[in-house]
Amino acid sequence: MDRKLLLEHIGVEGIQTHDVYRKQGGYKAVEKALKSMSPDDIVEEVKKSGLRGRGGAGFPTGMKWSFIAKPEGVPRHLLCNADESEPGTFKDRYLMEKIPHLLIEGMILSSYALGCNQSYIYIRGEYMYVLQILEKAIAEAYANGWLGKNIKGSGFDLDLAVSTGAGAYICGEETALIESLEGKRGNPRIKPPFPAVKGLWGRPTVVNNVETIAAVVPIVNEGGDAYAQIGIGRSTGTKLISASGNINKPGVYEITMGITVEEFIYSDTYCGGMKNGKKLKACVPGGSSVPILPHYLVCKTAAGEDRLMSYESLSDGGFATGSMLGSGGFIVYDEDQCIVRNTWNFSRFYHHESCGQCSPCREGTGWMEKVLHRLEYGHGKMEDIDLLWDIQRKIEGNTICPLGDAAAWPVAAAIRHFREEFEWHVNEPKLCTTKNYGLVTEKKFEPVNA
Amino acid sequence: MSETNPKFKVTIDGVEVEVDPGTTILNAARLIGGDVVPPAMCYYSSLQGSGGKCRTCLVEVSKGSEKDPRPMPKLVASCSTPIMDGMEVKNKSSEKVMDARAGVVEMLLINHPLDCPVCDQAGECHLQDLAYEHGKSTTRYEFERRTFDKVDIGEYIKLHMTRCILCYRCVYTANQLTDKREHGVLKRGDAAEIGTFIEKNLKNEFIGNVIDVCPVGALTDKTFRFRSRVWYTKPMDAHRDCKCCSGKAVVWMIGDEVARVTARKDQYGEVKEFICNECRFEKKDKSDWTIEGPRHIDRSSVISANHYEVEAPSHTPLLNKA
Ligand SMILES: Cc1cc2nc3c(=O)[nH]c(=O)nc-3n(C[C@H](O)[C@H](O)[C@H](O)COP(=O)(O)O)c2cc1C
Ligand code: SF4
Ligand code: SF4
Ligand code: FES
Repeated sequence: MDRKLLLEHIGVEGIQTHDVYRKQGGYKAVEKALKSMSPDDIVEEVKKSGLRGRGGAGFPTGMKWSFIAKPEGVPRHLLCNADESEPGTFKDRYLMEKIPHLLIEGMILSSYALGCNQSYIYIRGEYMYVLQILEKAIAEAYANGWLGKNIKGSGFDLDLAVSTGAGAYICGEETALIESLEGKRGNPRIKPPFPAVKGLWGRPTVVNNVETIAAVVPIVNEGGDAYAQIGIGRSTGTKLISASGNINKPGVYEITMGITVEEFIYSDTYCGGMKNGKKLKACVPGGSSVPILPHYLVCKTAAGEDRLMSYESLSDGGFATGSMLGSGGFIVYDEDQCIVRNTWNFSRFYHHESCGQCSPCREGTGWMEKVLHRLEYGHGKMEDIDLLWDIQRKIEGNTICPLGDAAAWPVAAAIRHFREEFEWHVNEPKLCTTKNYGLVTEKKFEPVNA
Repeated sequence: MSETNPKFKVTIDGVEVEVDPGTTILNAARLIGGDVVPPAMCYYSSLQGSGGKCRTCLVEVSKGSEKDPRPMPKLVASCSTPIMDGMEVKNKSSEKVMDARAGVVEMLLINHPLDCPVCDQAGECHLQDLAYEHGKSTTRYEFERRTFDKVDIGEYIKLHMTRCILCYRCVYTANQLTDKREHGVLKRGDAAEIGTFIEKNLKNEFIGNVIDVCPVGALTDKTFRFRSRVWYTKPMDAHRDCKCCSGKAVVWMIGDEVARVTARKDQYGEVKEFICNECRFEKKDKSDWTIEGPRHIDRSSVISANHYEVEAPSHTPLLNKA
């Protein structure tokens, strides 16, 4: 039952090159689409597939595509979001590095479906070497007639260009990405208007994640219905997970949606269990922005059911006892780790990355970082815990873009589930500077290995 | 809706008003006036694209529209949310709004220097008013406040970035009123600062307007700096023949002297007709101006509490000869 749709040929020698990719069945979907499918047919297949955005929010892709405005005579644009900067997330890099033509093939199909003749890949500036891989692959695609004018005699023209960011996480937010691509400061825009109506240069625009666009290839090849057969409930298909932390085999895994979290952490096919035989303490299942789960809520939901790797199951219980699949950045913590330190670390990131446009995020992220720093370094006060709670509450939901929420949620979840660890930092100001909470407490974490 | 002039109905804090489609909640509230008007620190009606940033104007939409009555899940920025027909909005009547607004004010103040005693803007500062209305008298912020060096941006303007609330109004002003963009935001997050392309390089006939749009004392008029507290001056509507702008301004007098010149602001502190640098910085002689009479100053200035207006015989330029 273990299907690989994206990474199937990843091990093939030379798969980065056009010729090898082509030999493995590459660009068949483009041939099929241009020969026998209308743009609307592709949108229809994507709708049927149940594919949801892999960039973090999980919005149904087919629906997003059908919202794009189509005013007469105005060009439309597809932008691939390859800014991947969320701590714990590194799947898009892997895909682009290992099998760049899959993304290019997906861009051709998606651009065709949306009626775009000029599409862009916006890639994180730090991924300079991946940029070179992509540019080489794009040049090969042009040379082989998959890009350019009148692709394979179909009458469809497509130009594809890569543009790099300059080191800002916020440029992964779709409207900030658009501003940046226009050559401006990467500040998120105020919505409405939405990109589907007014995006790049005021034209209708769709922004999709790398993995979302790549998934269109198997959907066109095998049909939306076949894709929807894979997975569970409204979480269809496969998902790339970037696994990191105290596990035996960190890396990028393509999973079938719906496998259990327990299998993902402990089976040798995936993470291979906890490193050094340690016990599981906590897990951030979807990148640094999503709530952290304490060990007893990782493999089971609050209702005692198996927690699955799916949008629905990971968010089961809401923020009280659940989290989110997010971008699939799966970070595992063993019993020795310090949650306060981890929260401070995340907080530092959001403080550093806030664009500074809106007051609650600009000021609140820095304030939270300072308070967390004080707690972590033994200068904290008991009131600091409630203060942190209050600051995050004042940020959440009151900002222009979701970065504010992303900064607030990890702090809220850490206090919700690990309050005593914060209190310990206040009560043990000396000890907490020399040892992690996890290393000094006698607290036993329930073994979750079956 | 097929009538020639369809209007949308919207209720704000229980008061109903009919407005043109496309009107924002804030502007609808301004049509009602009084207490239902949310405070706005970044929106500026004459500056395209302004608004959405400070978050002081957050309101609760308890009913989305007649067609879709569901409430909106989050508070929204009233300055950038268009009304829908049948929408119901809560400003002062919502506890959630008051709580969030107090939070925003607290955020705006944690890094503000609170040097009001020596600030030229004191007495006509929107942040002062906002803090008075929504703020607390103590702070929970116990860290060093952010500071920047004061810089001269051009001959006439002082930038005291430490006081800036990053409302971006001056950025839009520089972009929209002047022909060469040389003013913007550098860096990000709480390290962001207003910067000019090359420091000291703000030379432009209309750039002085950045002083008027600044809600705080971050941009001040070097020809007026530390000359007087604003409450010792008497604002008079005045005009002159100007080749560059309308020449309609307010001259702020101390006795017979013109202490400073500004554009005319409305009750929300907004300039509708911007003035040029020559009028603002170089015409400091009473004889440069035809004085029309005392300026009525609404809200957001201590002057509004002054009664000299009534005492002064209208159209008399000479007041209070000491
Ligand atoms: C602060 C912030 C950073 C983001 N970074 C990324 C990113 O690096 N990659 C990405 O695909 N989406 C990112 N997103 C989500 C995008 O705004 C957008 O929802 C996504 O690209 C849509 O693609 P999808 O529908 O295919 O998921 C980010 C969102 C926010 C608020
Ligand atoms: S929430 Fe933060 S990152 Fe997003 S627009 Fe506001 S200040 Fe910028
Ligand atoms: S200097 Fe004044 S007008 Fe400019 S952003 Fe700062 S507060 Fe706003
Ligand atoms: S006035 Fe609306 S957000 Fe600033």
